[in-house]
Amino acid sequence: MTSTAIPKTTVRKGMAESEIENPWRLAWRRFRRHKAAVAALAGMFTILAYIWLGGLFFSRGLCEPTGKYLTSEAYANCNDLAKKLQPPSREHPFGTDTIGRDILARTIYGGQISLTIGIFAAIVEVVVGVLIGAVAGYFGGWIDDVLMRITEAMLIIPSLFLLLVLSKALGGRVPPIDVLGRTFSGSVIVIILVIGFTSWTYLARIVRANVLSLKQLDFISASRALGVSDARIIFRHLLPNTMAPIIVSSTLGVSAAILSESYVSFLGLGVQTPTASWGNMLDTAVKYVQTAPWLWFFPGLFILLTVLCINFIGDGLRDALDPRSTKHI
Amino acid sequence: MVNYIIRRVIQAIPQLFLISLILFVLMQAFGDPIASLGVRTPPRPEDRERLRRQLGLDQPVYIQYLVWLAGNDWMKIDMDGDGVGETPGRRLGILRGDLGNSLINKRLVTELITERLPNTLLLMVTVEIVIIIISLFLGVYSAIRQYTLFDNIVTGLSFIGFSIPIPLIALLFMYLFSVNFKEWGLPHLPTVGMFDPEVGRTPGQIALHMVLPVLSLSIISIAGYSRYVRSSMLEVLGLDYVRTARAKGLREMVVVMRHALRNATLPFVTLIGLDIPFLLAGAVVTESIFAWPGTGRLFITHLTQSDFPVLMGILMMTGIAVVIFQLITDIAYSFLDPRIRIE
Repeated sequence: MTSTAIPKTTVRKGMAESEIENPWRLAWRRFRRHKAAVAALAGMFTILAYIWLGGLFFSRGLCEPTGKYLTSEAYANCNDLAKKLQPPSREHPFGTDTIGRDILARTIYGGQISLTIGIFAAIVEVVVGVLIGAVAGYFGGWIDDVLMRITEAMLIIPSLFLLLVLSKALGGRVPPIDVLGRTFSGSVIVIILVIGFTSWTYLARIVRANVLSLKQLDFISASRALGVSDARIIFRHLLPNTMAPIIVSSTLGVSAAILSESYVSFLGLGVQTPTASWGNMLDTAVKYVQTAPWLWFFPGLFILLTVLCINFIGDGLRDALDPRSTKHI
Repeated sequence: MVNYIIRRVIQAIPQLFLISLILFVLMQAFGDPIASLGVRTPPRPEDRERLRRQLGLDQPVYIQYLVWLAGNDWMKIDMDGDGVGETPGRRLGILRGDLGNSLINKRLVTELITERLPNTLLLMVTVEIVIIIISLFLGVYSAIRQYTLFDNIVTGLSFIGFSIPIPLIALLFMYLFSVNFKEWGLPHLPTVGMFDPEVGRTPGQIALHMVLPVLSLSIISIAGYSRYVRSSMLEVLGLDYVRTARAKGLREMVVVMRHALRNATLPFVTLIGLDIPFLLAGAVVTESIFAWPGTGRLFITHLTQSDFPVLMGILMMTGIAVVIFQLITDIAYSFLDPRIRIE
């Protein structure tokens, strides 16, 4: 309100007015005020550096059963039964798992998988949720009825159960895939799709509600009168105006997907070994609560830290992007 | 009101059919349930065929679905494999309350579920009560002490609370309260199961075994719920009628507890109402970790065995409960908040 009444107060020294009008710059200024979110952003960059670059430094060593000196993911998958369940030591800072693999190396490559799943599942979620929400809200009528009844039908079954049933039904159907010289278990793709297709309902409802209120506005009627196509109205006029909730829920979608992956993999229906994920590193842990706490502590901690950082970033984005947010700029 | 209920029920029926059909078809992709039968010698091919015929697994999916839905007592089944049906079917179908039998141990699904349901309800109802009490307290207290040290600590903890994966918190509690406490010679809590077989199924034993699962399950929900109570409390505390109440000279306690809390907890009622049906489903991860014999663990053990009648039974029970409780919540809300009119 102050900005329209006394525009000069919003202009800081040394800044052109046009720079301040830029909504992204404005959002960044609001985001920076959220201390925890900024700290979380820094934390997230640290975690990303660890899982991107960590492999270069921490994942190399002699794999005794093969007698070869291995680097990167091959080392993370090297099982040396003679060294199983060793507590943290200089050689293995996070200890070794039940078949003698180095847990530190596995948290790096497991992290790559868990984050990949988180990000791509969130992308699937956003694409499906936004499309269904926008189409239902824009066209209304029977299309809206059918789409919303389907959305409600999905909400009848607890999502973890749906996730487990889908993973079991599709598991083992996708062959291992090679990307950039690395072989991934096909279960990674299955988990991405399954999480994406079970989590879009919430986003679809928000987008639908926003589209419903936006399409009453004059600029949409004007576009219609000009003969602009439906697709163009949806993608160029309606969706950009509902970007804030989409960005916030896709961020939170990443953390929710990382947690979902950990539950499904923990129950043995997710990512299949030897491909590591933070979730499947936990799955044998229950038997070793007492004898080998390092087995579950480190992957669990990485999940907690990553999800925590993403949630704080999402909270910061909500404050930064919500135009109704009462916090001063 | 009556019209509203009827319309909602009519809307829910096709949804339940749709979801049951999708789930049923998905479960056909689970792989052969006979392969996961716990028999020592693998069955001979002809036995396997006979078994498939007996269980009705040789039929096309749509027939199997119809049988599951409406039973097969109206048709004759071909048991001896000569292509002619001779044995009258005995199943009634879910529409007449027959959930079928487990493929693995031949027991009635209804029996399997009713055996586990009390355990799950005991655990989950306790959890829900703990959640409601603690999150109301934390939410209200942080709202009236907004931005104080207490509020900031609760905010920080609740962020950790809803970011922590259940396996981690469950294992940490186990490690701390049973493993370490035992080492330190302190009284320690049991880790798995519902009671110590040597002592027997006494209420004291069950209570002791419930502590860790209840703690692990409630912490995660308290984190979200206390935030919810806090924000709706803050919203209400800023309203004019609360200012009026204060201006009348009422004690702060009365203003908060009698005037503000009543309105602030209205949305909370919806939240809890929609939660209740999921209590039946149990908590798959927590029940597996603590080996709690509830419906969640029943689900996961029968899922690994591709025993779809049991899975369908649990899912449909939950689905119907969800529909019923959504309706009850809507109606309850309209009674609690006269501004809301159901049409």
